[in-house]
Amino acid sequence: MYKYAVKRILLMIPTLIGAGILVFMLMRMIPGDICEIRLGGTGLMVDKEQIDICRENLGLNDSLAKQFLDFAVGIATLNFGDSMWTGRPVTEEISVRFQLTLQIAIMATLTAVIIALPFGVISAIKQNTWVDYCIRLFSIAGIATPSFWLGIMIILGLLIVSQQLFGEPWMMPIQFVPIWEDPLANLSQTIWPAVAVGYRYAAVVVRMTRSAMLEVLREDYVRTARAKGLFEKIIVNQHALKNALLPVVTLVGIEFAFLIGGLVVTEQVFNLNGLGKLFVDAVLDHDFTLTQSLVMMVVTVFVVVNLLVDLIYAWIDPRIHYT
Amino acid sequence: MTRLLEIEDLQVQFFTSDGIVEAVGGISYHIDAGETVAIVGESGCGKSVGAMSLLRLIPEPPGKIANGRALFEGRDLLKLSNADIRNVRGREIAMVFQEPMTSLNPVFSVGRQLTETLLRHTNASEAEAKERGIELLNQVGISDPARRLTQFPHHLSGGMRQRVMIAMALSCEPKLIIADEPTTALDVTIQAQILELMKNLSERLGVAQLIITHNLGVVARYAKRVNVMYAGKIVETGTATEIYHNPRHPYTLGLLASVPRLDQPRGTKLVPIEGQPPDLTRLGDGCAFRPRCRFATERCANEIPNLRSVESNHMSACWHFENLDQQKSTVA
Repeated sequence: MYKYAVKRILLMIPTLIGAGILVFMLMRMIPGDICEIRLGGTGLMVDKEQIDICRENLGLNDSLAKQFLDFAVGIATLNFGDSMWTGRPVTEEISVRFQLTLQIAIMATLTAVIIALPFGVISAIKQNTWVDYCIRLFSIAGIATPSFWLGIMIILGLLIVSQQLFGEPWMMPIQFVPIWEDPLANLSQTIWPAVAVGYRYAAVVVRMTRSAMLEVLREDYVRTARAKGLFEKIIVNQHALKNALLPVVTLVGIEFAFLIGGLVVTEQVFNLNGLGKLFVDAVLDHDFTLTQSLVMMVVTVFVVVNLLVDLIYAWIDPRIHYT
Repeated sequence: MTRLLEIEDLQVQFFTSDGIVEAVGGISYHIDAGETVAIVGESGCGKSVGAMSLLRLIPEPPGKIANGRALFEGRDLLKLSNADIRNVRGREIAMVFQEPMTSLNPVFSVGRQLTETLLRHTNASEAEAKERGIELLNQVGISDPARRLTQFPHHLSGGMRQRVMIAMALSCEPKLIIADEPTTALDVTIQAQILELMKNLSERLGVAQLIITHNLGVVARYAKRVNVMYAGKIVETGTATEIYHNPRHPYTLGLLASVPRLDQPRGTKLVPIEGQPPDLTRLGDGCAFRPRCRFATERCANEIPNLRSVESNHMSACWHFENLDQQKSTVA
């Protein structure tokens, strides 16, 4: 297992190189560059020389090979450079927002798992009863409802309800405070987007849990467990659920990785300064260094989460053995 | 001998989109303490459903135990509360299933699966249960039992898994073991080992057995009494010797004729039972075996034959069992 983990971590290297080449090439295929946008954005006449100076300063006049080498060396030495747009170190730009996005991703995952596992299991054991129909309705509604719309409804709901209750509307804080500094302020800001995203996430996981459970509940070993006189609770929660978890874990892993960098619209709705927004801005600004670093980070998150999912597989199912 | 289990008019139905399937159409039989009884029949004749409904293990819905009684030491298993039937399962009546490859949970160790029955039904501590687990694995002939307890089902061969299933069934010293085609999924040499093991253990421990099989060889060798089932009904019942040497139902005759035998000259052709089992949603009037029966007459089409005594301890549900003798030679 240990060897396998090391092997998988080493395998990250070619993946990262591939992703690096791809993002490097794609970014440079987009017409225009950051200097034109920054200087042209003022609406004034811009001297070609000024643009040239800007390009020179940012290293955009170097050959592609030199630029790629700088990028690769930077990544390899964990020196990601400065954002072309703000001039601040990329690590600083990312780390502030990463905290927020990671927290929302974790909270959304927790919301999803806490809702989805019991609902999925109950839906399966009560198959084709009104309980099952209600849960299926809940989950289909979750898949059909865009997170941003739900977000808008949550904000509106909060405003209306607080207006009714306290006489004046309450709005969630706009400034992000880390959870260890002021948990209440932090949670009152992050819980809403987590719920908005978590609902859709939960809906997907409920359906997966339900169908995996339905399949497992028909297995012979569940019948054996019943024939042994075990309590239904133990049969469902231990014998069946552990077997049904594999596809659920995969799905949770993929969704979690997606949330890092994929929360663009929700962040917009809740006015959060997260990675999704940073990503969009970086691409629009042609901020090569920032975009490249963000892509590398998201790729790393995906690879690490996949590795974790694989390791959890082996922990759940002893038949899976990595060498 | 004391009567352990008495089944009266057991009827099990399944509600499907094609209509109601009468999987078990009112069967009655009994098992005495320590006795081995077999139920024989082809796939889909209701033998497994009938046995599983005794422990109420058929999924409801779509299944339903529509009628009947199953008196186990005087208690009607079909009327027990859910909590009470759970106390019977594994403790007083245990089951061994057909597929050892899928009947054990792949994600739990052999030890966990073996000891959980004990922990559920007795006051044994974890350590005691483990000790008993080792003893049980020893009893069913598994070498190095302490190590096996820590292993998972995929580490064991099919035969070993079935031995584990038997050990599990024996763990709480039940009075009856229902073995649902316990050897079908195993290869022939292992089949014999498993059956010998079950026979020896049941004799030694005085456990009654209900063996469900389609293998007449198993019946002849291990069962004292036999019930032959066809289309959800018992069509012939008697001692194994009687059934084997003096079959009195055309279906039993057909089954015996379709089994290869070592005492027949080489090259002798097997005689199959022509036709197919009937559609259980459309059982008409008359004998269900009639379309496949070479002895069928007008009466068979109109009247359902009930079990009638051939001799003491031998009954047949055929209108013509008295006349089968002259024609038997043409079949067997």
